[in-house]
Amino acid sequence: MTIKEIQDEIIDEFSMFDDWMQRYEYIIELGKSLPLIEEEYKTDENLIKGCQSKVWLQGEQKDDKIVFTADSDAILTKGIIAILIRAFSNQKASDIINADTEFIDEIGLKEHLSATRANGLVSMIKNIKMYALAFDSKNKN
Amino acid sequence: MLDIQKIRADFPILSEKVNGKPLIYFDNGATSQKPQVVIDAEAKYYQEINANIHRGVHTLSQLATDAYEISRVKLQHHINAKFSHEVLFTSGTTHGINLVANGFASILKPGDEILVSSLEHHSNIVPWQMLCEKTRAVLKVIPINEEGELIISEYESLLSEKTKIVTVNHISNALGVINPVKEMIAKAHAVGAAVLIDGAQAVPHLKPDVQDLDCDFYAFSGHKMCGPTGTGILYGKEDWLNKLPPYQGGGEMIKEVTFEKTTYADLPHKFEAGTPNIAGGIVLGTAVDYLNEVGFGNIQLQEKKLLEHATKRLLEIEGLRIYGNGKNKASVVSFNIDGIHPYDIGSIIDKLGIAVRTGHHCAQPIMNFFCIPGTIRASFSFYNTKEEIDAMVEAVKKAKTMLS
Repeated sequence: MTIKEIQDEIIDEFSMFDDWMQRYEYIIELGKSLPLIEEEYKTDENLIKGCQSKVWLQGEQKDDKIVFTADSDAILTKGIIAILIRAFSNQKASDIINADTEFIDEIGLKEHLSATRANGLVSMIKNIKMYALAFDSKNKN
Repeated sequence: MLDIQKIRADFPILSEKVNGKPLIYFDNGATSQKPQVVIDAEAKYYQEINANIHRGVHTLSQLATDAYEISRVKLQHHINAKFSHEVLFTSGTTHGINLVANGFASILKPGDEILVSSLEHHSNIVPWQMLCEKTRAVLKVIPINEEGELIISEYESLLSEKTKIVTVNHISNALGVINPVKEMIAKAHAVGAAVLIDGAQAVPHLKPDVQDLDCDFYAFSGHKMCGPTGTGILYGKEDWLNKLPPYQGGGEMIKEVTFEKTTYADLPHKFEAGTPNIAGGIVLGTAVDYLNEVGFGNIQLQEKKLLEHATKRLLEIEGLRIYGNGKNKASVVSFNIDGIHPYDIGSIIDKLGIAVRTGHHCAQPIMNFFCIPGTIRASFSFYNTKEEIDAMVEAVKKAKTMLS
C-alpha cells in the first residue's frame, strides 16, 4: 500500500469513533501494541527531546525501503507514534520525503502537534523525513 | 468568610467552557485569571489617559505619570518597602533577577560563591550560571530532603565569607513548599552575603514584608497576582540599587548625555530605561487593590481548605504520590500515579475541561532529584472550589482507568 492509502485507511478507522474518549482509548491500545525499539537503540543519539515525553526513533534501510521502530515513555505519545510508523515505515525514501501529514489533523489529533504540547511529535515527523533524505542521498551517490 | 460565588462572578473567564465542559482552572501557578476591574482598568487607561510618562508637560502626560507613580506607591505599601524609589517596575520576575545578576558582574571576583537552592525555577538558575561564566564565580546548590524541603544545616555549612549572594524562592513553583526565607536571610547576612528572594509564587498567596524579611532584593510578577502579563516588580534596598550599575541604557534612565560622558538618573529611573509598560504598571496597582479588598487572610483561609481537601481526596487514589509534603505549603499539589506518565494524565483531564500543568515546571533539577520526568501540578487560587477539586479527582480516576 502507498502512504496515502494507509493514511486513508487510518482516517477511515478513526471516523468510526463518536467522541474523543473512544479515539484516545484506541490510541492507548495502539501504543500498547507498538513493537518496541530494541533496547540497544534507545540511545541519546536516537532520542528526540520533547519538552514533556521522551521519544526514541530508529530507522534502518531494508532493500529499497526504510523500516522505523520507536518508543516513548508516555502511552498517548506512543500511540500516535504507532500511527506514524504504520504510515511511514516500510516505504521508499522518496515517497516518505514527498508525503504530507495532514491525516493527523483529520483524525482529530491536531492539538498533539501544537507547539505547546512540545511532545516531540513534530520533531519526530521531521526526523522521519530526515532519515528518508539521508538514505535517499546516500543511494544516489 | 469569602462568598466564593460572588468572588467567582468577578472573573469572567470562569464561566467559559473548554472542550464543551465548564472550565476548571487549576493552573494558577502559571498565571492567575483576571477580575473584571483589572480588565476594565486596562481599557480605561487607553480610552482616557494614554500618553508617555515622565516627559511631556501636557495634561495627559501628567495624568499618566501620576497614575503610574501612584501605582508604584501602592506597591511600595503593599510590600512595606521603606521608599518608593526602591520599587522598580519590570516586565516580570525573570527581568528582575537578570537585572540583579547582571549588576553583580561588576561586584564578583573569581572564586566568589553564589548560593542557589535546589528548588529554583530555571529563571533563578540560568542568570546566575551566566554570571558565573562571566566572572568565574562558583555556583553552589542548597540541597533538599525527600519532603522537598531545603536542608538548613547544609545551607549553613555552605555559607562562608566567599558567599556573595544567596538566591532562593519564597515558595517553590514545582512543589508549593514555603521556604524559611527570613531565617535564611539572617544567616546569609551574618557572613556578609546579599539575598535575593524570588517571590513569583508567593505574591498570589501572601503579602511579603520586605523590611521584616530584611531581604536585599525581592522580585515578583504581576500576572500571577491577578495583574496583567508583562508586569512585575523588583524591590531592592536603596544602598544596593545605588551600588549596582544600570542594566539597560536608553531614554529615561539618564540625567545628562554628551558623547563624552553620560550621567545616570536617580532611583528608580536609573533602572527603567525606555518607555515602560505604562498601562500594565498602573493596572498592577488595581490588581493589588483588588487582592487587598478580598483580603489575604481570607485568601489564605480559602486556599488552606482547598489544599487540605485536594490532598485528602487525591490520596484516595491508589498509587498516587504527592511530591512536597512539608508542613509549610502553599495551595499547590504536585503528583504522579505509579507507572503512568504525567503527560498522559494531563492530556486526558484536559479533555474533561480541567487545566493543570504537566511536565518539569521549568525546574528540572527537582525532577532529577525525584527521578521522574515531571509531575501533574494542580495549583489553586481563592476563586477555586471544593466541587472543582472533586471533579478533578474524578477526572484523574477516569484517566487512570483508561491508562492502566
